[in-house]
Amino acid sequence: MAATPTSATPTSKYMTEGEVGLGVALMVGALLCALASARAVDAPFSIHMAVFALAALAGLVTILRRYGARPAAPPRQEIDGKPNYNLGPIKFATVAAMAWGIAGFSVGCIIAFQLWAPSLNLGLEYTSFGRLRPLHTSAVIFAFGGNVLIGTSFYVVQRTCRARLAGELAPWFVVLGYNLFIVVAGTGYLMGVTQSKEYAEPEWYADLWLTVVWVTYLLVFLATLRKRTEPHIFVANWFYLAFIVTIAMLHIVNNLAMPVSFLGSKSYPMFAGVQDALIQWWYGHNAVGFFLTAGFLAIMYYFVPKRAERPIYSYRLSIIHFWALIFMYIWAGPHHLHYTALPDWAQTLGMTFSIMLWMPSWGGMINGLMTLSGAWDKLRTDPVLRFMVVSLAFYGMATFEGPMMAIKAVNSLSHYTDWTIGHVHSGALGWVAYISFGALYCLVPWLWNRRELYSLKLVEWHFWISTLGIVLYITSMWVAGIMQGLMWRAYNALGFLEYSFVETVEAMQPYYLVRALGGVLFLTGALIMAYNLAMTIAGKTAAESDPLPADGALPGTAGLAPAE
Amino acid sequence: MTYENASAFAQTSGLLYFVTIFMAVAVYAFWPRNRARFDAAAHLPLNED
Repeated sequence: MAATPTSATPTSKYMTEGEVGLGVALMVGALLCALASARAVDAPFSIHMAVFALAALAGLVTILRRYGARPAAPPRQEIDGKPNYNLGPIKFATVAAMAWGIAGFSVGCIIAFQLWAPSLNLGLEYTSFGRLRPLHTSAVIFAFGGNVLIGTSFYVVQRTCRARLAGELAPWFVVLGYNLFIVVAGTGYLMGVTQSKEYAEPEWYADLWLTVVWVTYLLVFLATLRKRTEPHIFVANWFYLAFIVTIAMLHIVNNLAMPVSFLGSKSYPMFAGVQDALIQWWYGHNAVGFFLTAGFLAIMYYFVPKRAERPIYSYRLSIIHFWALIFMYIWAGPHHLHYTALPDWAQTLGMTFSIMLWMPSWGGMINGLMTLSGAWDKLRTDPVLRFMVVSLAFYGMATFEGPMMAIKAVNSLSHYTDWTIGHVHSGALGWVAYISFGALYCLVPWLWNRRELYSLKLVEWHFWISTLGIVLYITSMWVAGIMQGLMWRAYNALGFLEYSFVETVEAMQPYYLVRALGGVLFLTGALIMAYNLAMTIAGKTAAESDPLPADGALPGTAGLAPAE
Repeated sequence: MTYENASAFAQTSGLLYFVTIFMAVAVYAFWPRNRARFDAAAHLPLNED
C-alpha cells in the first residue's frame, strides 16, 4: 500500500477490509471510467465519465490520506458510557443541503422570470427553460431535500437507537456518492442529457450509480437499527425506512432502460405507451409520497417534540398514521393520468385512494400540531418552532388540496394548468422546505456544539420574508391556473373555442411576475438563513441579546429604532 | 374471466385486504399491554443524554 504506517505507531496499524475493498473498487472504477471517457460516442457521456474517474481518484486519495491520519484503533462505539455518535457525514449533508437549496431556489427564480419574459433564456440551449426546469426541480427535491433527509436520518437513527452509525466509510460513501449523483444529473440536464421522465430525468449510468449509493444507504440504516441499544424502534425510523425502501423500489422499476450504446448517454425505457405512463406516475407520485412526505414526516416526529420539549401527542396515532399512509400512497399515482388512455377503472382507483389519503395525512398533521399542547406559548418566542408549525399547517392545506384536485371533475379544470404548480409549491415551499429549515436551525447548533443559533432575530426575518413569498407564489398561481383552465374550456355561442392558446398565455403574464417576486422573497429568506447558519458554525453570537448598549440606554429600548 | 368477474374479485379482495390490515394495526396500536411501551416511546426524543 502507498501509505505505510510509520514506526512511531505504538500498535501495528493496518488497513481495514473496507478501506482495502473500497480503495480497490475506486481504482478499478477510475480506470474503467477513464477508458469509457476516451471511447465515448457522445460528448456529455465523455465528460461525465471523466467526472466519475476524477471522483473515484479523489475518493482513493481521501481514503489513503485518512488512513495516514487516523489512529490505529477503530473509533470507539462508546465513550464514557455514551454512544460515540458519528457526526461528520451529517455535517457535510447539512452544509450541502443549504448550498444546494440556494442554487435550486435561484434557478427557480430564473425560470420564473423566463416565463414572464421568455427572452431571458438568452437564446442559448444551456439556459433554455426546458433544461433549467429539471435542474430546478432536481436541485430542490433531490439535492436540497435529499441532503436534508440523509443528514437528519443519520442523526435521528443514531440518537433514537443510542448507537453509533454503522460502518466508517459507508456513511461517507452515501453522502459523497449521493452528491456526486446530483452533480452528474444537474450538469447532464444543462448538456441536454435526459430520459424525459419527470423527476427521473437522469440517464441510465447516473441511475446505476444512484442505485449503488442508495442500497448502501439502506444497508447503513438497517445495520444501525440492528445495533441499537434502545429496544423500541422509534416511529421516525419507521418513516425513514419506508422512504429509503420505497425510493429504491421506485427508482429501479421506473428506470429500467436499455442504453443505445454502453459508451453513450442515450437509453430507451423498457416500457412503452400507457404502461410507461403508469409506471412513470406510480414513480412520480410516490416520489411525492415517500420522498417528500414520509421522509419529512420522520423529521416532524423527531424534531417537533425535541424543539417543543413535549412528548409526541399520541404515539398510537403515529403507528396508525404510518401504516395507513404507506399502504395507501402507493395506489394514488393514476390521478396524474385522468382522461388519458389509462383504463377508467385505474383512474378511478387512483382518485379513490387519493381521497382516502386525506385521513392519514390529517391524522399525522394533527399529531404533529397537538404535540405542542402545553407549549403553545413557545410559538411566540421561538421562530424555529414557528417554522415547523407553519410547515404542518401547509402540509394540512396541501394534503386537502391534493385529494380535491385528484377528483376527476376538479382535475378536468386543474390539470395542465398552473394551479398544479401552485399546489406543488404550497407543499414544497410550505411543508418540505419549512420543516427542513426548522430541522436545520435545530441541527446546526447541535452538530457544531453551539449553545444557540447566531441570531434568532434573523430567523424571524427569514420566517416573515419567506412566508410572504409563499403567499405571493401560491395565490398568484391559484388565480393564474384557474383562469387558464376556465379560458381553455370557454366556448362561444357557435361552439368554437373562445380563446386562442396565446391569449391564455398573455392573460397569465402579470401573475407570472408576482410568482417570480414571491420566489425572490423565498430566496432572500434562504440567503439570510445561510448567513445565520454560517455565523453559528463560526461560533459567533449576535449582539442582539446584549442588554446594555454602549450609550447606556435602558434594556427595554434596545430593540427600538434609534432616535432621529 | 369476464370483466365483471375480475372486478368483483379485485374489489372484494381489495376490501378485505385493507380492512384486515387496518384492523390489525388498530388492534396493535390499542392493545392495552402496549400502552406503557408506547407512552415511553413518545418521550424517546426527549430522553437522550
